[in-house]
Amino acid sequence: MTKKSFRPDVDAPEYKGAYVPYDIIKEGTIAVLVVVVLTVALAFVFSSPDEKAITIKTWSNADAVDFAQTAGDELSGTSGVAGYGAPYNNGGVAQHWGFLAPAKWVGVHININTATDFVLDPLEAQPAQPALTAAINQWKTASSANITAWTDAYTKVEANITFVNGQVKIPTTAAGPMPTLINYLTQMARTGALDQALVTQNGFYTTNYTKPLLFLSDGTYLASLADKQHLGGDQWGMMNETGQYPGQAWLWLYTFWYQIPPYNTSAAGDFLVWGTMMILTALMVLLPFIPGLRSIPRRIKIYRIIWREHYATQA
Amino acid sequence: MSNAQIDRQWTSRLRHSVVDKLPPDKLLPDTQPAYVASWIYVFGVTTMAALAVVIGTGCILALDGPQWWHSSSLGHFINSMHLWSVEIFFFAMVVHLWGKFSMAAWRGGRSLTWVTGGVTFLASILAGFTGYVSQTNFDSQWIATQAKDGINSTGGGAFFNVLNLGQMLMWHIVLLPIAAVVLTGLHVIMVRIKGVVPPFEDNAEVSA
Repeated sequence: MTKKSFRPDVDAPEYKGAYVPYDIIKEGTIAVLVVVVLTVALAFVFSSPDEKAITIKTWSNADAVDFAQTAGDELSGTSGVAGYGAPYNNGGVAQHWGFLAPAKWVGVHININTATDFVLDPLEAQPAQPALTAAINQWKTASSANITAWTDAYTKVEANITFVNGQVKIPTTAAGPMPTLINYLTQMARTGALDQALVTQNGFYTTNYTKPLLFLSDGTYLASLADKQHLGGDQWGMMNETGQYPGQAWLWLYTFWYQIPPYNTSAAGDFLVWGTMMILTALMVLLPFIPGLRSIPRRIKIYRIIWREHYATQA
Repeated sequence: MSNAQIDRQWTSRLRHSVVDKLPPDKLLPDTQPAYVASWIYVFGVTTMAALAVVIGTGCILALDGPQWWHSSSLGHFINSMHLWSVEIFFFAMVVHLWGKFSMAAWRGGRSLTWVTGGVTFLASILAGFTGYVSQTNFDSQWIATQAKDGINSTGGGAFFNVLNLGQMLMWHIVLLPIAAVVLTGLHVIMVRIKGVVPPFEDNAEVSA
């Protein structure tokens, strides 16, 4: 047997002390029973939150102007999703940091054309109506110069859109078919037909809610409800739950970065947060192999409290 | 067939290897070192107990589909149990992790035990997250639309679409529970093979 130098943060001393009885099955059984009792008690006393999901129907009925403005942005290609970039489209530059642009490298995998997917296709699925059909045809056959002119005119008056007597009013005559299309889409949304149209574009059976969720996220209604539930990004939202319930508290560090610069001021904030968390996660998982970091427990000596009985018997 | 031929069989080799590394008295010990005498040691087994309750309540929720709990008082109660067992699971796991960090529990050839524990923690976070976005309520809508930006920025959103309920639910109820259980099993087997890390000792030497 040879002796090698002892590395206190890597090697463990050979234990030559006493052993005591240990009933591992009894311990496991008691642990399960305690957790079951505790879980039943907590469920009985506190229950769990279940805030009903919102629909495009509830959104367009609660805030028709916000819906109409969002629909206009989807049609004109100026919405957040329209300009998102990968993985949805090439409408904008995906988040990147310097030359690091993994989203761009991976490319578009979930094709979303907001004008087609959120506005034109759902409207075309509606029963034919002369004014609507004419507006769709006018948009689809228009030159890009015409569309640019219409969207520019629309953008100038977008903030002044009103909803009066069940109709969307867009105060311009220079936006081509846009007022007609937006008004019809708003009517469709208020009946609930748009909710169905957005999820059934790929067929009868579906479990994919990407399109309606992206549409919802482009408006301000969803975010305003979330803010009331203290779920906003600047309110540590990802780790919170609706009401006063504990959420994903274990995401506190991930959520923390979103509260401070440069993460909450950078256009690549999400990328920076994920990059930071990936580095920290790698450090945590690989801690045993990192000199310096693996010495921290020995230096801070919390182990003295944990093994105080052992050290007391040695004294 | 000679004994030597039998011993060369894959089955014999596997059995010998398993029994050598993890004999029954290590797998199911009836004694333990006297230094294992702190409440901190309770949190490892508590984590596994909570995982069992999480999986049990999840299985009950699966019986009638992902939206049953919205319309049934029994379903809502089971969902509440699922939620609170998850909270207990993560609380116990985090305390367990900090406890093991304080003991530098990777010492003595236990590095892989630490690594599997860390990866289990990550898999559990992902399992919890996919559960939150599979609730089919307002919370899941909001969390999904917020979380997409982070995942998309890494390029991962092209393959792991948090807005796709079907994909998230399958990860939540099939892939990630399998990962969590397998990783937990590996972690526990490693603990049983190597034993609980001994205390730091001054002027200690290690035999090689």
